[in-house]
Amino acid sequence: MSGEASSGGRRIASHPILGEPEAAREVTIYLDGAAIAAKEGEPIMSALVAAGVGVFRHTKRGSPRRMFCGIGRCTDCVMTVDGIPGVRTCVTPVREGMLVERQEGAGSWKGGEGHGRR
Amino acid sequence: MSSTNASLKTDGAPSIEELRAAGVLPSREQLAQRPCVCVECIEEIPCNPCETSCPQGALTVGDPITNLPVIDRDKCTACGACIPACPGLAITIKSLSGDLAKIRFPWEYLPLPEAGEEVDMVDRMGMTVCRGKVVAVSNPPRNNRTAVVAAEFPAERVDEVISIRRNHE
Amino acid sequence: MGVDSKPAVVVGAGPAGLCAAIELKRAGAPVVLMDENGKPGGQLFKQIHKFFGSREHSAGTRGFEIGRRLLADSLELGIDVRLDTEVVGIEPGLGVWAVERRSRSYTLEAGCVILATGASENGLAFPGWTLPGVMTAGCAQTLVNVHRVLPGRRVLIVGSGNVGVIVGYQLLQAGAEVAAIIEGAPALGGYGVHTAKVRRAGVPFYCGTTILRAEGEEGVERAVIAKVDRGFKPIAGTEETLEVDTICIAVGLTPALDLAYLAGCKPIFVPELGGNMPLHDGYMRSSVEGVYVVGDTAGVEEASTAMEEGRLAGIHAAYALGFLGEAAMRERTEATWGRLDSLRQGVFGQKRFAAKARILAEGKVRA
Repeated sequence: MSGEASSGGRRIASHPILGEPEAAREVTIYLDGAAIAAKEGEPIMSALVAAGVGVFRHTKRGSPRRMFCGIGRCTDCVMTVDGIPGVRTCVTPVREGMLVERQEGAGSWKGGEGHGRR
Repeated sequence: MSSTNASLKTDGAPSIEELRAAGVLPSREQLAQRPCVCVECIEEIPCNPCETSCPQGALTVGDPITNLPVIDRDKCTACGACIPACPGLAITIKSLSGDLAKIRFPWEYLPLPEAGEEVDMVDRMGMTVCRGKVVAVSNPPRNNRTAVVAAEFPAERVDEVISIRRNHE
Repeated sequence: MGVDSKPAVVVGAGPAGLCAAIELKRAGAPVVLMDENGKPGGQLFKQIHKFFGSREHSAGTRGFEIGRRLLADSLELGIDVRLDTEVVGIEPGLGVWAVERRSRSYTLEAGCVILATGASENGLAFPGWTLPGVMTAGCAQTLVNVHRVLPGRRVLIVGSGNVGVIVGYQLLQAGAEVAAIIEGAPALGGYGVHTAKVRRAGVPFYCGTTILRAEGEEGVERAVIAKVDRGFKPIAGTEETLEVDTICIAVGLTPALDLAYLAGCKPIFVPELGGNMPLHDGYMRSSVEGVYVVGDTAGVEEASTAMEEGRLAGIHAAYALGFLGEAAMRERTEATWGRLDSLRQGVFGQKRFAAKARILAEGKVRA
């Protein structure tokens, strides 16, 4: 995956203030077909960054994008989730078997049913 | 721009001169007599947990709560309760004994240092100024996750040293 | 006291909204608290540092602990909290148009509305600012403190106000390296105790410095910074390249005003508090009858002031709806103002005090 070397994403094990991570069920999501381990309840953005994913999408002019505000206000982090384009990955929790795809520009509808939060 | 606290407001940390001017640096004589609380809080912000944390009433902020804290060294027993209480992590306790200085300082990183560990002692700009040895580490629940580390180092560095190097292992 | 009252609707379950709802519920008033997110708490849960102030302001308590306490109170009181609920309109007559889980919309006739919608972080445009790895300081803070994930390994922070400096410290705590914190002005903006913590960890501060560009193929690989002159223009020949994979932008927040504008609230421009914000009086009433504004929506300050402003609105709304007597309302309002005033003191607080005083002076027109 592009941008892996510089993305540097990883999970924080022990933290001086937050302590140990809470036990969470692991779920599997798929990024452009590749399986990615995620923690139940976390937003898609977090699982992807933890997995070292550097690029979430490209604009129509080929500009790579990932995330900016992280709290659902800017739409930089949008991806196609379960067939629906333009889903804000920073506020959409992962689900077992979720299909996440990089889109170009505004992406296109792939017949999804609306589980994702736009 | 005012020249008050120029080092604090451009480099991020106060210079020894600024601290002396604010009256928060104990003298060598004072440090040799008994452990001294050093409250490196030299800007008026509304804050007084140091005052409420002191069981001896040795730290006074008063009203308004923007007053800089004042230490009564006669009342202070150097129990160290103020060190983890300060939200700004601005309080240390220093002492001198012969050719060794000792500092107790707040620490909120992992790994926690260990007693007996040899470490780099740093100044307020994060520069290593000498080697030192960790004497004790405490992090009881009442500290709310702010550990207190005690370390010894050469006495002549007592004014400069403020902590240990962050990646100390 | 009031019977058959339409509920107070609080929009936004951050510290201001939670405190408003708690005051209303304690007075026995009907209240509905809505938040567009799946979890309440606003920005409180990512604040892992100990707060300042005094005991009555929960000084020494970490932000997320305050958040947990507020949530526990709201649960214990049985407040009607509606998450995943976006308020998309406020109709004349205070009909609150809410959309639940993006699938069901309904209108709730409110007795009054308290807007506690917070603020958004500002962007800073420079060549390369859209590259993966450029994000707001708050985004990095959310990632490390809420999701426990590192956004990158080596970070440049642009902006030396408290947000940038605190996030710098928290990135260190999370295990990242902070290459530098740069500031365009000649002096640093944040509290000295915050900058000192980070400085003694070896992080340098560069004043009078701006970011020229971010470079990299598919993500940030380098940042080029340069000194600026008094007019904030880059000085040729002072460029320096920093090897970083993350750039956090911490250049201030702007009140989130969509709903306030929709409701017709008159704005006032106050640069010290983030730009445009709704006019309000000493009870946090906006220029629109029945609409209150609190927290960062009413001017960007801190969590502690947001909580007190939420209380002010909750207390007055409870009175306006007939659930609190006038004497009690006045007494509790005065006590809350005492706590608010003490937070707005000192070298940093006094600017905010003066700014709020200007708002209140103009806001009084509708008292």
